[in-house]
Amino acid sequence: MAHAEGQQHAHAHAQGQQHAHVEGQQHAHVEGQQHPIGIYLKIWALLFVLSTASYLVDYFHFQGYLRWFLIIVFMLLKAGLIVAVFMHMMWERLALLYAILVPTLLLMVLLGIGALEADYTFFSRGVFFVKGLL
Amino acid sequence: MAQHMTQAIPANTVKPLPLPEGVSGIVSDWSSDQRAFKNVPWGKAMMWIFLLSDTFIFSSFLISYMTVRMSATEPWPNPSEVFALTLFGKSVPLLLIAIMTFVLISSSGTMAMAVKFGYEKNKKMTFILLLITAALGATFVGMQAFEWTKLILEEGVRPWGNPMGAAQFGSVFFMITGFHGTHVSIGVIFLIIVAIKVLRGDLDNERPGFMTGRKGKYEIVEIMGLYWHFVDLVWVFIFAVFYLW
Repeated sequence: MAHAEGQQHAHAHAQGQQHAHVEGQQHAHVEGQQHPIGIYLKIWALLFVLSTASYLVDYFHFQGYLRWFLIIVFMLLKAGLIVAVFMHMMWERLALLYAILVPTLLLMVLLGIGALEADYTFFSRGVFFVKGLL
Repeated sequence: MAQHMTQAIPANTVKPLPLPEGVSGIVSDWSSDQRAFKNVPWGKAMMWIFLLSDTFIFSSFLISYMTVRMSATEPWPNPSEVFALTLFGKSVPLLLIAIMTFVLISSSGTMAMAVKFGYEKNKKMTFILLLITAALGATFVGMQAFEWTKLILEEGVRPWGNPMGAAQFGSVFFMITGFHGTHVSIGVIFLIIVAIKVLRGDLDNERPGFMTGRKGKYEIVEIMGLYWHFVDLVWVFIFAVFYLW
C-alpha cells in the first residue's frame, strides 16, 4: 500500500516535469523522493517514544529474558523506522531493497558463529585457566 | 511522421512504461541492460553500497564485542553504573547517553526535513535545517568527548584495563564509540559543505563540485541524508547492545 503510494509520488512528479521521455532514458529524469512533512514528524515522535522506552528498560532495572526481549524489540523497531521512512527504503524498488537487506541479514550467520566461538572460548578458559569457574 | 499511414500505431512518448513490480520486478531490473537500480541517481545507489560496506564494518565490531564479552571470565563492568551521572545529589543511570540518543534522533528528523525542502528547491529552509543538523551532530560529538574524558580521568578506564572488571571493556568501548564518533564528525563536516552549496545556489545553478566536478543537484542533499541517517542507525545498535546489555 505504502509502496504504491510512493510510486504515485514518483509518477506524478515525472508528469509534472513534462519531460519528453525517450524510451531508453525514461527513468533517468524521475526526480527524488517527495513525501508530506507529516510523516517525518510522526516518525520522529515515534523514535522519541521508542528511545524513552528503551531507556526506561534500564531505569527500572528489568532483568533476564524480559530485558533482552524489550531491548531487541525497541532496537529493531527504531532501526526499521529509520531505514524505511527516513532513508526512504519503503518507497524504493525491491531490486535496491533486496540488494542492501539480504547481505545485511547474512550477518546473522557471523553472529551465530561468534556466539558459538565465545561459548567455546569461555569453556576452555574455565577448564584451563580459572579454577572453580565451571 | 505517420500521417501517410492509414492505421498509425499509437505511440506513447510522454508517459514512461510502468516497471514490473514484485519478484518479477527484481528479475527484470537486475537482468536489464545498463542499470539495475531504476528510479535512483547512481550517486544514491553508490551511497547505499558504501553504507552496506560500512554496515559490515560496524557489524564486525559489534559481533567481536559480543564474542569478547561472552568469553570474558572476569565480570563485565555494569554500563548502567559506569555511565551514570550525578544530578542534584542523585545518581541517574545512563543520563548522558540518553540525551545523546535524543540529540542524534533529532538531528535525523531535521535531516529528513532538509531533504524534503531540498527537493522543493526551498533554499532557505534546506540551509537552516542542514545547519541545525550539523549543530546537533557537533553537540553529540561534544558530549561524547565529555563522556570519554570522564571515563579516562575519573573512572580510570584504559584500552588495556580498568578498575571495574574485564580489561576488554575499555578496548571495545573506545574502538566502537571512537569509530562511530569519527563517522559523526565527518558527517558534520560534509553537512556544512552541503549547506554552503545550498546557500550559494550551487544546486540551482548546477555549479560543478570542487572534488568531482559533477553538476550540483538537489539529490546530493538526499545522499548526504542517507549517510547521516546511517550514523543514527548505528547508534541505535550501539545504544542497545553496548549500553543496555
